[in-house]
Amino acid sequence: METLLPILFIYIFIDNFVLHRFFGICPFLGVSRRMETAIGMSMAVIFVMTMATLVTWLLHTYVLIPFNLTYLQIVTFILVIASLVQLVEIVLRKISPTLYQGLGIFLPLITTNCAVMAVALLAVRQEFNLLQAIVFAIAASLGFSLALVIMAGIRERLELAEMPGILEGSAVTLITAGILSMAFLGFQGMLTL
Amino acid sequence: MLIYPIAALGLIGLIFGLILATAAKIFAVETDPKIEEIKNIVPGANCGACGYAGCAKFAEAVVHGDVEPGGCIPGGEDVTNEIGRVLGIEVSGEASPIATVFCIGDIYKTTDRFIYDGVKDCAISERMYGGHKGCAYGCLGFGNCARVCPFDAIRMGTHGLPIIDVEKCTGCGLCVKECPRDLIQLLPPGNNGHLALCTSQDRGKAVSKVCEVGCIACKACVKACPINAIEMEGKLAVINLEKCDDCGDCFEACPPVTIHPRSAIPSEKEAEEAAAAPKEVSESA
Repeated sequence: METLLPILFIYIFIDNFVLHRFFGICPFLGVSRRMETAIGMSMAVIFVMTMATLVTWLLHTYVLIPFNLTYLQIVTFILVIASLVQLVEIVLRKISPTLYQGLGIFLPLITTNCAVMAVALLAVRQEFNLLQAIVFAIAASLGFSLALVIMAGIRERLELAEMPGILEGSAVTLITAGILSMAFLGFQGMLTL
Repeated sequence: MLIYPIAALGLIGLIFGLILATAAKIFAVETDPKIEEIKNIVPGANCGACGYAGCAKFAEAVVHGDVEPGGCIPGGEDVTNEIGRVLGIEVSGEASPIATVFCIGDIYKTTDRFIYDGVKDCAISERMYGGHKGCAYGCLGFGNCARVCPFDAIRMGTHGLPIIDVEKCTGCGLCVKECPRDLIQLLPPGNNGHLALCTSQDRGKAVSKVCEVGCIACKACVKACPINAIEMEGKLAVINLEKCDDCGDCFEACPPVTIHPRSAIPSEKEAEEAAAAPKEVSESA
Protein backbone atom coordinates (compact mmCIF):
# COMPACT_ATOMS: atom_id res chain seq x y z
CA MET A 1 0.00 0.00 0.00
CA GLU A 2 2.76 2.41 0.87
CA THR A 3 4.27 2.01 -2.61
CA LEU A 4 1.18 3.36 -4.39
CA LEU A 5 1.85 7.03 -3.74
CA PRO A 6 5.51 6.84 -4.82
CA ILE A 7 4.46 4.99 -7.99
CA LEU A 8 1.98 7.73 -8.76
CA PHE A 9 4.55 10.47 -8.19
CA ILE A 10 7.42 8.73 -9.96
CA TYR A 11 5.56 7.98 -13.18
CA ILE A 12 3.87 11.37 -13.43
CA PHE A 13 6.92 13.52 -12.80
CA ILE A 14 10.23 11.70 -12.49
CA ASP A 15 9.90 8.93 -15.01
CA ASN A 16 7.46 10.79 -17.25
CA PHE A 17 6.58 8.54 -20.18
CA VAL A 18 6.81 11.23 -22.81
CA LEU A 19 9.46 13.59 -21.51
CA HIS A 20 11.83 11.13 -19.89
CA ARG A 21 11.22 7.81 -21.61
CA PHE A 22 10.22 9.28 -24.99
CA PHE A 23 7.24 7.00 -25.49
CA GLY A 24 4.26 8.25 -27.51
CA ILE A 25 6.02 11.16 -29.19
CA CYS A 26 3.74 10.89 -32.24
CA PRO A 27 0.48 11.95 -30.54
CA PHE A 28 2.49 14.25 -28.27
CA LEU A 29 3.47 16.30 -31.31
CA GLY A 30 0.41 15.52 -33.37
CA VAL A 31 -2.53 16.52 -31.21
CA SER A 32 -0.92 19.15 -29.03
CA ARG A 33 -1.87 22.00 -31.32
CA ARG A 34 -5.13 22.76 -29.56
CA MET A 35 -5.97 22.37 -25.89
CA GLU A 36 -9.36 20.83 -26.64
CA THR A 37 -8.00 17.92 -28.66
CA ALA A 38 -5.08 17.52 -26.26
CA ILE A 39 -7.47 17.02 -23.34
CA GLY A 40 -9.65 14.68 -25.41
CA MET A 41 -6.62 12.63 -26.38
CA SER A 42 -5.47 12.54 -22.77
CA MET A 43 -8.84 11.19 -21.64
CA ALA A 44 -8.78 8.53 -24.36
CA VAL A 45 -5.23 7.52 -23.45
CA ILE A 46 -5.98 7.42 -19.71
CA PHE A 47 -8.91 5.13 -20.39
CA VAL A 48 -7.09 2.90 -22.85
CA MET A 49 -3.93 2.61 -20.75
CA THR A 50 -5.74 1.78 -17.53
CA MET A 51 -8.10 -0.70 -19.14
CA ALA A 52 -5.30 -2.24 -21.20
CA THR A 53 -3.11 -2.71 -18.15
CA LEU A 54 -5.95 -4.19 -16.14
CA VAL A 55 -6.84 -6.70 -18.87
CA THR A 56 -3.27 -7.54 -19.83
CA TRP A 57 -2.24 -8.01 -16.20
CA LEU A 58 -5.15 -10.38 -15.61
CA LEU A 59 -4.44 -12.27 -18.83
CA HIS A 60 -0.76 -12.48 -18.03
CA THR A 61 -1.27 -13.71 -14.46
CA TYR A 62 -4.18 -16.07 -15.00
CA VAL A 63 -3.69 -17.31 -18.56
CA LEU A 64 -0.16 -16.83 -19.82
CA ILE A 65 1.76 -17.83 -16.67
CA PRO A 66 -0.28 -20.93 -15.74
CA PHE A 67 -0.07 -22.26 -19.28
CA ASN A 68 3.59 -21.29 -19.67
CA LEU A 69 2.78 -19.00 -22.57
CA THR A 70 4.65 -15.87 -21.54
CA TYR A 71 6.34 -15.81 -24.95
CA LEU A 72 2.92 -14.82 -26.33
CA GLN A 73 3.01 -11.66 -24.23
CA ILE A 74 3.45 -9.17 -27.04
CA VAL A 75 0.93 -10.78 -29.38
CA THR A 76 -1.82 -10.97 -26.77
CA PHE A 77 -1.10 -7.47 -25.53
CA ILE A 78 -1.40 -6.08 -29.05
CA LEU A 79 -4.71 -7.92 -29.40
CA VAL A 80 -5.99 -6.41 -26.17
CA ILE A 81 -4.87 -2.87 -26.99
CA ALA A 82 -6.21 -2.95 -30.54
CA SER A 83 -9.60 -4.18 -29.35
CA LEU A 84 -9.78 -1.57 -26.61
CA VAL A 85 -8.95 1.24 -28.99
CA GLN A 86 -11.64 0.00 -31.34
CA LEU A 87 -14.07 0.00 -28.47
CA VAL A 88 -13.16 3.56 -27.48
CA GLU A 89 -13.52 4.64 -31.09
CA ILE A 90 -16.98 3.12 -31.47
CA VAL A 91 -18.20 4.63 -28.22
CA LEU A 92 -16.65 8.04 -28.85
CA ARG A 93 -18.12 8.26 -32.33
CA LYS A 94 -21.55 7.88 -30.81
CA ILE A 95 -21.33 10.05 -27.73
CA SER A 96 -19.00 12.85 -28.89
CA PRO A 97 -18.69 13.31 -32.67
CA THR A 98 -16.83 16.61 -32.16
CA LEU A 99 -14.11 14.97 -30.14
CA TYR A 100 -14.07 12.08 -32.63
CA GLN A 101 -13.45 14.56 -35.47
CA GLY A 102 -10.89 16.50 -33.46
CA LEU A 103 -8.80 13.45 -32.63
CA GLY A 104 -9.03 12.26 -36.21
CA ILE A 105 -6.38 9.76 -37.19
CA PHE A 106 -4.73 9.88 -33.75
CA LEU A 107 -7.52 7.92 -32.15
CA PRO A 108 -6.88 4.70 -34.12
CA LEU A 109 -3.19 5.51 -33.75
CA ILE A 110 -3.40 4.91 -29.99
CA THR A 111 -3.25 1.29 -31.10
CA THR A 112 0.31 1.83 -32.19
CA ASN A 113 1.11 4.26 -29.41
CA CYS A 114 4.12 2.62 -27.85
CA ALA A 115 3.35 4.25 -24.51
CA VAL A 116 0.30 1.97 -24.11
CA MET A 117 2.28 -1.14 -24.98
CA ALA A 118 5.10 -0.01 -22.71
CA VAL A 119 2.79 0.38 -19.72
CA ALA A 120 1.34 -3.08 -20.22
CA LEU A 121 4.76 -4.69 -20.61
CA LEU A 122 6.47 -2.76 -17.80
CA ALA A 123 3.63 -3.49 -15.37
CA VAL A 124 4.26 -7.18 -15.87
CA ARG A 125 8.03 -6.94 -15.98
CA GLN A 126 8.24 -4.91 -12.74
CA GLU A 127 6.17 -7.64 -11.06
CA PHE A 128 3.58 -5.22 -9.74
CA ASN A 129 0.49 -6.64 -8.12
CA LEU A 130 -2.89 -5.77 -9.65
CA LEU A 131 -3.45 -2.63 -7.59
CA GLN A 132 0.08 -1.41 -8.18
CA ALA A 133 -0.23 -2.14 -11.89
CA ILE A 134 -3.41 -0.10 -12.17
CA VAL A 135 -1.96 2.81 -10.23
CA PHE A 136 1.14 2.55 -12.42
CA ALA A 137 -1.02 2.75 -15.56
CA ILE A 138 -2.98 5.70 -14.23
CA ALA A 139 0.22 7.48 -13.27
CA ALA A 140 1.84 6.83 -16.64
CA SER A 141 -1.21 8.05 -18.53
CA LEU A 142 -1.52 11.08 -16.25
CA GLY A 143 2.14 11.81 -16.98
CA PHE A 144 1.39 11.53 -20.68
CA SER A 145 -1.61 13.85 -20.26
CA LEU A 146 0.45 16.32 -18.25
CA ALA A 147 3.09 16.53 -20.98
CA LEU A 148 0.42 16.83 -23.67
CA VAL A 149 -1.51 19.55 -21.87
CA ILE A 150 1.61 21.58 -21.05
CA MET A 151 2.67 21.29 -24.67
CA ALA A 152 -0.76 22.32 -25.96
CA GLY A 153 -0.76 25.37 -23.67
CA ILE A 154 2.66 26.43 -24.90
CA ARG A 155 1.82 25.82 -28.55
CA GLU A 156 -1.39 27.82 -28.36
CA ARG A 157 0.67 30.79 -27.24
CA LEU A 158 3.47 30.12 -29.73
CA GLU A 159 0.89 30.33 -32.48
CA LEU A 160 0.54 34.04 -31.75
CA ALA A 161 4.24 34.71 -31.31
CA GLU A 162 6.29 36.19 -34.09
CA MET A 163 9.44 34.32 -34.91
CA PRO A 164 11.90 33.89 -37.77
CA GLY A 165 10.54 31.79 -40.64
CA ILE A 166 12.92 28.89 -40.16
CA LEU A 167 11.68 28.33 -36.61
CA GLU A 168 7.98 28.28 -37.41
CA GLY A 169 5.88 25.15 -37.16
CA SER A 170 7.49 21.83 -36.32
CA ALA A 171 10.96 23.30 -35.68
CA VAL A 172 9.88 25.36 -32.70
CA THR A 173 7.65 22.51 -31.52
CA LEU A 174 10.59 20.12 -31.35
CA ILE A 175 12.77 22.70 -29.63
CA THR A 176 10.00 23.29 -27.08
CA ALA A 177 9.67 19.57 -26.50
CA GLY A 178 13.39 19.33 -25.88
CA ILE A 179 13.40 22.18 -23.37
CA LEU A 180 10.36 20.72 -21.64
CA SER A 181 12.13 17.39 -21.38
CA MET A 182 15.18 19.05 -19.86
CA ALA A 183 12.99 20.88 -17.38
CA PHE A 184 11.58 17.56 -16.21
CA LEU A 185 15.14 16.31 -15.65
CA GLY A 186 15.00 18.47 -12.53
CA PHE A 187 12.84 15.81 -10.85
CA GLN A 188 15.54 13.21 -11.35
CA GLY A 189 16.62 11.34 -8.22
CA MET A 190 13.91 12.69 -5.96
CA LEU A 191 12.39 9.30 -5.28
CA THR A 192 13.05 5.67 -6.08
CA LEU A 193 10.90 2.63 -5.59
CA MET B 1 1.79 -28.70 -26.63
CA LEU B 2 0.93 -26.55 -29.61
CA ILE B 3 -2.72 -26.56 -28.64
CA TYR B 4 -2.46 -24.14 -25.69
CA PRO B 5 -1.09 -21.08 -27.46
CA ILE B 6 -3.50 -21.54 -30.36
CA ALA B 7 -6.45 -22.04 -28.06
CA ALA B 8 -5.47 -19.16 -25.80
CA LEU B 9 -4.99 -16.66 -28.61
CA GLY B 10 -8.06 -17.90 -30.46
CA LEU B 11 -10.25 -17.61 -27.39
CA ILE B 12 -8.97 -14.16 -26.46
CA GLY B 13 -9.53 -12.99 -30.02
CA LEU B 14 -13.01 -14.48 -30.09
CA ILE B 15 -14.02 -12.82 -26.81
CA PHE B 16 -12.77 -9.42 -27.89
CA GLY B 17 -14.41 -9.83 -31.28
CA LEU B 18 -17.75 -10.55 -29.62
CA ILE B 19 -17.41 -7.55 -27.31
CA LEU B 20 -16.59 -5.29 -30.26
CA ALA B 21 -19.48 -6.64 -32.33
CA THR B 22 -21.95 -5.96 -29.52
CA ALA B 23 -20.51 -2.51 -28.93
CA ALA B 24 -20.80 -1.70 -32.63
CA LYS B 25 -24.48 -2.70 -32.48
CA ILE B 26 -25.24 -0.71 -29.34
CA PHE B 27 -23.33 2.41 -30.32
CA ALA B 28 -24.11 2.33 -34.05
CA VAL B 29 -24.18 5.78 -35.63
CA GLU B 30 -26.82 6.19 -38.28
CA THR B 31 -25.37 7.64 -41.45
CA ASP B 32 -27.26 8.73 -44.52
CA PRO B 33 -26.87 6.05 -47.23
CA LYS B 34 -26.79 8.87 -49.77
CA ILE B 35 -23.41 9.96 -48.37
CA GLU B 36 -21.96 6.55 -49.12
CA GLU B 37 -23.46 6.61 -52.61
CA ILE B 38 -22.04 10.03 -53.44
CA LYS B 39 -18.66 9.00 -52.07
CA ASN B 40 -18.64 6.33 -54.74
CA ILE B 41 -19.57 8.80 -57.49
CA VAL B 42 -16.99 11.54 -56.90
CA PRO B 43 -13.52 11.04 -58.38
CA GLY B 44 -11.94 10.28 -55.01
CA ALA B 45 -8.73 12.16 -55.67
CA ASN B 46 -9.19 14.20 -52.45
CA CYS B 47 -7.90 17.23 -54.31
CA GLY B 48 -9.77 19.74 -52.14
CA ALA B 49 -10.90 21.91 -55.06
CA CYS B 50 -14.41 21.97 -53.59
CA GLY B 51 -13.11 23.60 -50.42
CA TYR B 52 -13.66 20.56 -48.23
CA ALA B 53 -11.04 18.30 -46.74
CA GLY B 54 -11.41 15.40 -49.11
CA CYS B 55 -14.16 13.73 -51.08
CA ALA B 56 -15.87 12.15 -48.06
CA LYS B 57 -16.38 15.56 -46.45
CA PHE B 58 -17.73 16.93 -49.72
CA ALA B 59 -20.21 14.06 -49.98
CA GLU B 60 -21.44 14.84 -46.48
CA ALA B 61 -21.78 18.55 -47.27
CA VAL B 62 -23.71 17.88 -50.47
CA VAL B 63 -26.19 15.64 -48.70
CA HIS B 64 -26.66 18.23 -45.94
CA GLY B 65 -27.24 20.86 -48.61
CA ASP B 66 -24.22 22.97 -47.63
CA VAL B 67 -22.86 22.94 -51.15
CA GLU B 68 -24.32 22.65 -54.65
CA PRO B 69 -23.95 19.30 -56.44
CA GLY B 70 -21.77 21.13 -58.98
CA GLY B 71 -19.23 21.86 -56.22
CA CYS B 72 -17.02 19.01 -57.34
CA ILE B 73 -15.04 20.80 -60.03
CA PRO B 74 -12.91 17.87 -61.21
CA GLY B 75 -15.99 15.67 -61.48
CA GLY B 76 -17.46 17.98 -64.09
CA GLU B 77 -20.85 17.50 -65.66
CA ASP B 78 -21.09 13.73 -65.28
CA VAL B 79 -20.54 13.73 -61.55
CA THR B 80 -22.85 16.71 -61.07
CA ASN B 81 -25.66 14.92 -62.88
CA GLU B 82 -25.04 11.70 -60.97
CA ILE B 83 -25.13 13.52 -57.63
CA GLY B 84 -28.31 15.26 -58.73
CA ARG B 85 -29.83 11.85 -59.50
CA VAL B 86 -28.93 10.51 -56.03
CA LEU B 87 -30.34 13.59 -54.32
CA GLY B 88 -33.36 13.64 -56.64
CA ILE B 89 -32.91 17.22 -57.76
CA GLU B 90 -32.43 18.90 -61.13
CA VAL B 91 -28.96 20.25 -61.71
CA SER B 92 -27.39 22.22 -64.48
CA GLY B 93 -23.89 21.01 -65.14
CA GLU B 94 -21.25 23.41 -66.30
CA ALA B 95 -18.10 22.32 -68.06
CA SER B 96 -15.00 22.71 -65.90
CA PRO B 97 -12.40 25.41 -66.45
CA ILE B 98 -8.96 24.66 -67.79
CA ALA B 99 -5.64 25.63 -66.28
CA THR B 100 -3.42 27.74 -68.53
CA VAL B 101 0.19 28.74 -67.94
CA PHE B 102 0.79 32.44 -68.51
CA CYS B 103 4.44 32.21 -69.48
CA ILE B 104 6.05 31.09 -72.72
CA GLY B 105 9.58 32.04 -71.78
CA ASP B 106 11.20 28.64 -72.31
CA ILE B 107 14.84 27.91 -71.50
CA TYR B 108 15.97 28.89 -75.02
CA LYS B 109 14.34 32.30 -74.98
CA THR B 110 15.19 33.43 -71.47
CA THR B 111 18.33 34.03 -69.45
CA ASP B 112 19.22 32.96 -65.93
CA ARG B 113 20.53 35.28 -63.25
CA PHE B 114 22.77 32.68 -61.69
CA ILE B 115 23.49 28.98 -61.80
CA TYR B 116 21.05 27.29 -59.47
CA ASP B 117 22.30 24.06 -57.97
CA GLY B 118 19.70 23.69 -55.22
CA VAL B 119 16.72 21.42 -54.81
CA LYS B 120 14.72 21.20 -58.04
CA ASP B 121 11.69 22.91 -56.61
CA CYS B 122 10.13 26.15 -57.80
CA ALA B 123 9.19 27.35 -54.32
CA ILE B 124 12.71 26.78 -52.99
CA SER B 125 14.33 28.51 -55.95
CA GLU B 126 11.89 31.38 -55.55
CA ARG B 127 12.98 31.84 -51.94
CA MET B 128 16.64 31.75 -52.91
CA TYR B 129 17.24 35.39 -53.82
CA GLY B 130 13.97 35.48 -55.74
CA GLY B 131 14.60 32.66 -58.19
CA HIS B 132 17.33 31.81 -60.67
CA LYS B 133 15.41 33.01 -63.69
CA GLY B 134 16.34 36.36 -65.21
CA CYS B 135 12.69 37.32 -65.26
CA ALA B 136 11.24 37.82 -61.81
CA TYR B 137 7.81 36.78 -63.07
CA GLY B 138 8.53 33.87 -65.41
CA CYS B 139 8.17 30.11 -64.98
CA LEU B 140 10.97 28.61 -62.89
CA GLY B 141 10.52 25.31 -64.64
CA PHE B 142 10.96 22.78 -61.82
CA GLY B 143 7.45 21.46 -62.19
CA ASN B 144 5.83 21.93 -58.79
CA CYS B 145 2.55 22.22 -60.72
CA ALA B 146 3.16 18.88 -62.42
CA ARG B 147 3.92 17.20 -59.09
CA VAL B 148 0.84 18.56 -57.37
CA CYS B 149 -1.59 17.67 -60.16
CA PRO B 150 -3.69 14.71 -58.96
CA PHE B 151 -4.94 13.96 -62.46
CA ASP B 152 -1.61 13.68 -64.22
CA ALA B 153 -2.65 16.51 -66.54
CA ILE B 154 0.60 18.47 -66.31
CA ARG B 155 4.02 17.38 -67.42
CA MET B 156 7.23 19.34 -67.76
CA GLY B 157 8.39 19.80 -71.36
CA THR B 158 12.02 19.61 -72.39
CA HIS B 159 11.82 23.35 -73.01
CA GLY B 160 11.40 23.96 -69.28
CA LEU B 161 7.74 24.89 -69.21
CA PRO B 162 4.77 22.89 -68.00
CA ILE B 163 2.50 21.42 -70.64
CA ILE B 164 -1.14 21.05 -69.69
CA ASP B 165 -3.19 18.27 -71.16
CA VAL B 166 -6.55 19.96 -71.68
CA GLU B 167 -8.26 16.59 -71.97
CA LYS B 168 -7.11 15.53 -68.52
CA CYS B 169 -7.30 18.92 -66.78
CA THR B 170 -10.31 19.09 -64.51
CA GLY B 171 -9.83 22.67 -63.35
CA CYS B 172 -9.34 21.69 -59.72
CA GLY B 173 -6.98 24.63 -59.28
CA LEU B 174 -4.31 22.88 -57.19
CA CYS B 175 -1.58 23.99 -59.61
CA VAL B 176 -2.89 27.56 -59.41
CA LYS B 177 -2.34 27.51 -55.67
CA GLU B 178 0.99 25.69 -55.93
CA CYS B 179 2.78 27.96 -58.43
CA PRO B 180 4.96 30.34 -56.37
CA ARG B 181 4.77 32.90 -59.16
CA ASP B 182 1.02 32.68 -59.77
CA LEU B 183 1.51 31.91 -63.44
CA ILE B 184 -1.40 29.52 -63.83
CA GLN B 185 -4.94 30.74 -64.30
CA LEU B 186 -8.20 28.88 -64.71
CA LEU B 187 -9.85 29.88 -67.96
CA PRO B 188 -13.29 28.99 -69.28
CA PRO B 189 -13.30 25.79 -71.36
CA GLY B 190 -12.86 25.88 -75.10
CA ASN B 191 -9.97 27.28 -77.10
CA ASN B 192 -11.31 30.44 -78.69
CA GLY B 193 -9.73 33.80 -78.05
CA HIS B 194 -6.18 35.04 -77.89
CA LEU B 195 -4.01 35.36 -74.80
CA ALA B 196 -1.05 37.50 -73.88
CA LEU B 197 1.07 34.80 -72.24
CA CYS B 198 3.11 36.87 -69.84
CA THR B 199 2.74 38.25 -66.32
CA SER B 200 5.75 40.57 -66.19
CA GLN B 201 5.20 44.02 -64.78
CA ASP B 202 8.73 45.10 -65.64
CA ARG B 203 9.54 47.87 -68.11
CA GLY B 204 9.89 46.91 -71.76
CA LYS B 205 13.65 47.20 -71.79
CA ALA B 206 14.09 45.10 -68.68
CA VAL B 207 11.80 42.44 -70.12
CA SER B 208 13.51 42.17 -73.48
CA LYS B 209 16.88 41.83 -71.74
CA VAL B 210 15.86 38.58 -70.05
CA CYS B 211 13.15 37.18 -72.32
CA GLU B 212 12.57 37.22 -76.08
CA VAL B 213 8.84 36.68 -75.80
CA GLY B 214 7.82 38.74 -72.76
CA CYS B 215 5.29 41.55 -72.95
CA ILE B 216 7.23 44.81 -73.43
CA ALA B 217 4.15 46.98 -72.89
CA CYS B 218 4.41 48.57 -76.35
CA LYS B 219 0.61 48.76 -76.60
CA ALA B 220 0.72 47.68 -80.26
CA CYS B 221 -1.97 45.10 -79.53
CA VAL B 222 -4.18 47.63 -77.76
CA LYS B 223 -4.05 49.79 -80.86
CA ALA B 224 -4.47 46.87 -83.22
CA CYS B 225 -7.54 45.43 -81.55
CA PRO B 226 -10.61 46.57 -83.50
CA ILE B 227 -13.04 45.92 -80.65
CA ASN B 228 -11.07 47.26 -77.67
CA ALA B 229 -10.82 43.91 -75.97
CA ILE B 230 -7.26 44.52 -74.79
CA GLU B 231 -6.35 46.72 -71.86
CA MET B 232 -3.09 47.56 -70.18
CA GLU B 233 -2.85 46.46 -66.57
CA GLY B 234 0.25 48.26 -65.41
CA LYS B 235 2.99 47.23 -67.83
CA LEU B 236 1.17 44.22 -69.15
CA ALA B 237 -1.37 43.72 -71.92
CA VAL B 238 -4.39 41.73 -70.82
CA ILE B 239 -6.91 40.39 -73.31
CA ASN B 240 -10.51 40.17 -72.19
CA LEU B 241 -11.53 36.67 -73.26
CA GLU B 242 -15.21 37.46 -73.06
CA LYS B 243 -14.85 40.20 -75.64
CA CYS B 244 -12.18 38.65 -77.88
CA ASP B 245 -13.58 37.54 -81.23
CA ASP B 246 -10.44 35.72 -82.34
CA CYS B 247 -9.60 38.06 -85.24
CA GLY B 248 -5.89 37.64 -84.68
CA ASP B 249 -4.89 41.27 -85.28
CA CYS B 250 -3.11 41.48 -81.93
CA PHE B 251 -1.14 38.30 -82.66
CA GLU B 252 0.16 39.88 -85.88
CA ALA B 253 0.88 43.22 -84.26
CA CYS B 254 2.76 41.91 -81.19
CA PRO B 255 6.51 42.53 -81.73
CA PRO B 256 7.84 39.87 -79.29
CA VAL B 257 4.95 37.52 -80.15
CA THR B 258 3.76 37.28 -76.57
CA ILE B 259 0.22 36.94 -77.86
CA HIS B 260 -0.91 33.61 -79.15
CA PRO B 261 -4.26 32.12 -80.08
CA ARG B 262 -5.45 29.81 -77.31
CA SER B 263 -5.61 26.98 -79.82
CA ALA B 264 -1.93 27.36 -80.67
CA ILE B 265 0.07 27.92 -77.50
CA PRO B 266 3.71 27.17 -78.47
CA SER B 267 4.46 23.51 -77.98
CA GLU B 268 7.64 21.93 -76.75
CA LYS B 269 8.53 20.85 -80.28
CA GLU B 270 8.10 24.33 -81.71
CA ALA B 271 10.27 25.74 -78.97
CA GLU B 272 13.03 23.23 -79.73
CA GLU B 273 12.84 23.89 -83.46
CA ALA B 274 12.95 27.63 -82.93
CA ALA B 275 16.01 27.19 -80.74
CA ALA B 276 17.73 24.95 -83.30
CA ALA B 277 17.05 27.30 -86.22
CA PRO B 278 19.63 30.05 -86.97
CA LYS B 279 18.93 33.35 -85.23
CA GLU B 280 18.48 35.45 -88.41
CA VAL B 281 15.81 33.17 -89.81
CA SER B 282 13.72 33.16 -86.66
CA GLU B 283 13.90 36.92 -86.46
CA SER B 284 12.92 37.57 -90.07
CA ALA B 285 10.10 35.07 -89.91
